[in-house]
Amino acid sequence: MTKPAVEFRDIEMRFGDKVALSGVDLTVNRGDFVVLLGPSGGGKTTLLNILGGFLEPTRGEVLIDGKPVTGIPPAKRPTTTVFQDYALFPHMSVAGNVAFGLKMQHVPRAEQDRRVGTALAMVGLDHLGQRRIHELSGGQRQRIALARALAVEPSVLLLDEPLGALDMKLRRQMQNELKAIQKRVGTTFVHVTHDQEEAMAIADLIVVMNDGFIEDKGKPERIYLRPASRFTADFMGESNFIDGKVAGVSGSSVRVETPLGAFDIEGEAAPGAAVTLSLRPEHLRTDGGGDRSLGRASVLESGFFGTHHQCTAKLAAFEVPFKARLPQRETVTPGTEVEFSVDLSDIVLLTR
Amino acid sequence: MLRNLPSWLYAALIYGFIFLPVGVLVLFSFQDSRVPIPPFNGPSLRWYAEFLGDGRVTDALLNSIIVAFASSAVALVLGFLAAYALARHRVRFSSFWQGLLTAPLTVSYLIIAMGLLITFNALGIPKSLLTIGIGHVVINLPLCFAIVYSQMGAHQANMERAARDLGAGEWQVILLITVPMLWPALFAAFFLSVTFSWDEFIIAFLVSRFDVTLPVEIWSMLRTGLNPKTNAVGSFVFLFSVAIVFLLDLVLFRKKPA
Amino acid sequence: MTRTSPRFAPDTVRAWGLLFPALAWTAAFFVLPLVIMAVYSLWKRVGNRLITDVSLQNYENFFAKSFLFESLINSLEVTVLVTLISIILAYPFAYILAEKVPERWQRMALILAILPFWTSYLVRSYSWLLVLSEGGIISNFLLDAGITDEPVSFANDRSATVIGFVHFFVMLLTLTIYANLKQLPKNYRRAAADLGAGPIRTFVYVVFPLTLPGIMVGAFLTFVLCIGDYITPAILGGKRELLLPQTIMLQIERRSDFPTASALAMILMLVVSMVYLACARWLKLDRL
Repeated sequence: MTKPAVEFRDIEMRFGDKVALSGVDLTVNRGDFVVLLGPSGGGKTTLLNILGGFLEPTRGEVLIDGKPVTGIPPAKRPTTTVFQDYALFPHMSVAGNVAFGLKMQHVPRAEQDRRVGTALAMVGLDHLGQRRIHELSGGQRQRIALARALAVEPSVLLLDEPLGALDMKLRRQMQNELKAIQKRVGTTFVHVTHDQEEAMAIADLIVVMNDGFIEDKGKPERIYLRPASRFTADFMGESNFIDGKVAGVSGSSVRVETPLGAFDIEGEAAPGAAVTLSLRPEHLRTDGGGDRSLGRASVLESGFFGTHHQCTAKLAAFEVPFKARLPQRETVTPGTEVEFSVDLSDIVLLTR
Repeated sequence: MLRNLPSWLYAALIYGFIFLPVGVLVLFSFQDSRVPIPPFNGPSLRWYAEFLGDGRVTDALLNSIIVAFASSAVALVLGFLAAYALARHRVRFSSFWQGLLTAPLTVSYLIIAMGLLITFNALGIPKSLLTIGIGHVVINLPLCFAIVYSQMGAHQANMERAARDLGAGEWQVILLITVPMLWPALFAAFFLSVTFSWDEFIIAFLVSRFDVTLPVEIWSMLRTGLNPKTNAVGSFVFLFSVAIVFLLDLVLFRKKPA
Repeated sequence: MTRTSPRFAPDTVRAWGLLFPALAWTAAFFVLPLVIMAVYSLWKRVGNRLITDVSLQNYENFFAKSFLFESLINSLEVTVLVTLISIILAYPFAYILAEKVPERWQRMALILAILPFWTSYLVRSYSWLLVLSEGGIISNFLLDAGITDEPVSFANDRSATVIGFVHFFVMLLTLTIYANLKQLPKNYRRAAADLGAGPIRTFVYVVFPLTLPGIMVGAFLTFVLCIGDYITPAILGGKRELLLPQTIMLQIERRSDFPTASALAMILMLVVSMVYLACARWLKLDRL
């Protein structure tokens, strides 16, 4: 039986009157790549700082490898951090930076050299050991920061928006590399970002945080396709929301009355409750093949995005225009009339 | 708190060292006897009355103020124009000119003073408040130039470009965009120059004759040994500088929303 | 420069127009005097006459006449001593200000710490005279404490000059070191702690090396300002030994010997330039 790598138990963090985190419970399994995702101010970086020992929570307990770490300073925790600005020491060489943690642990010199070499080779920069930090590009710095943090073989590696300073293309490339390195070393990674595409690309487990709470947690597919809350549905890409009321429940099917008529959706809700139906733009069909028609809509705006046309279209019976993705080869211009239909299994019933 | 006790003790010791002479200076300016050494009997304002009644000292005081403000104004205008030229126009050898304009910062005031003295003598220029002012512009121009130049960032450059794009001419750009955006730097440069000129001794001493500034007057007062009147004048000089520093602080930093 | 289109001409003229006044001032009242001094240093003064034969006589005299050369040695000794003592006193002080004083009090604490910095050399040196002279504060304190029976004087010797200088340069170095400490990104320290360094090793391996530039800048300023200052030694140092600026003033005031004074000034500038080059080289090497 293995203990989880990290456990947060009922964490609360207050800064004066401001509550930054409240009632956070989270278990991270060993070897998982966990992404804390959310808007800035959502509490994800605070949670990371609590795990790294840079902040002490005002309530609750953190366990790493099953052992409580309350009161243990960062230096003595089996965690290391890749900082957002990398925090590479400018007065040391690349190798000096990577060796720093080992030196602090009084690892013998020869062993240090060997492990520095391994760490640098892992990020593909073993030829740059003697360089100074200011001679490196942004992507190289990012890799060195990763090598430095991994050289001490931590139980948990913390990454604080490590890709934030990189341009889009490099960012996508580094995501793949991070994921590959994580799989190779098998270390538990806890990664903070506000980029939902990044989160989906790398995470084994996504934890969506908002306003100091955990909104949702689960595998990327689940979070995207079956979000647990309106916030998650909205944050994880675009969605159309239809407000309605539960008219009746039969078995696992819920009948929801909306301005667009009644929908029978799989899910759980109390009769009479106000609920929201969420529908991803790419699930709106114009080929007439869906389970249920939503009626005709008139296109207001449209833009060609390469893989698809991104449009907004107004249904006669619904006030807010719908966001839709229409196939690449279709001709769509403002004023075009389309017939929307949808598969009922694509609609998500949200109770909060 | 107690863990930091050695730190607080050390800080108190250094503060004590820093303020000891100034404290003694100010305290004994209120001395009621003829020597500014213990025991202290007072307080009395008689030495302040004496210095304010001394025509030589008040003349020197006035001279100091005139020289400080006039030379700082000239240094600021010249420094600003040069900074604007080098930051906003393509000029050949621009880093050389930059080096030349800041070079006086690395040369001792004594050498600058002596060079000016020899030059003025050689050219037959009579020593006066004007020559003191010329010298003070030499030491303050690099300061004004460096401060203003360092603040002329790309951000302002874009604003200026926008203004030009909207039809403003060169002088309109300078007066309506550059100066208002740079005013904290200009203000700081001007008043730093004022304090430097106000306190400067060696140039004022070597290139003056009958019209002297306050530090030169204090120098001649020193020849008579320790005297509470010197304390009173010195305290006044100190408080004037401190007032300017607090003014700078108040205007430049306090106004920003915290 | 491939663009030689006439569109550039007015711009260039305007730029030179803006730049000219400052350059002219610097050329006329800074460069020209230095050139004249350099020429003077090759001439000679005999009796009341200026001999315009070019020779290195003044420089030879500098090494030959012991009181001239000694004044440079005295100056170097005092300057190095002052720089070292000031760094040693200022560093912990700047560190306490930057690290231990609560954030909202820091600005006030710093302004206070460098307040006397803003008063003139002259007044500061005079103030130390009040403290150090016979019957002054310290003398009085020692009498009261029963440590001495007679009034004692600490003024008018090298230690008084050093104290006067250290007072000023502690403030200067506090400023440069404090600024350096404050601009260190917080994450450097967090990274060191994260990788297993305690407070002491974080300081030794990370904080201190990264504040060396602040120390160097402060030390350079200290050196330049200290070695060129006339006032402090003139008021506090007494007559027994002279520093280089005092010998220079002596040539000007007493003897009107501008050629010798000019040669001494050239030597002073040479020393400062060498220190400047050494510092610049060090700072540059550090960055590579």
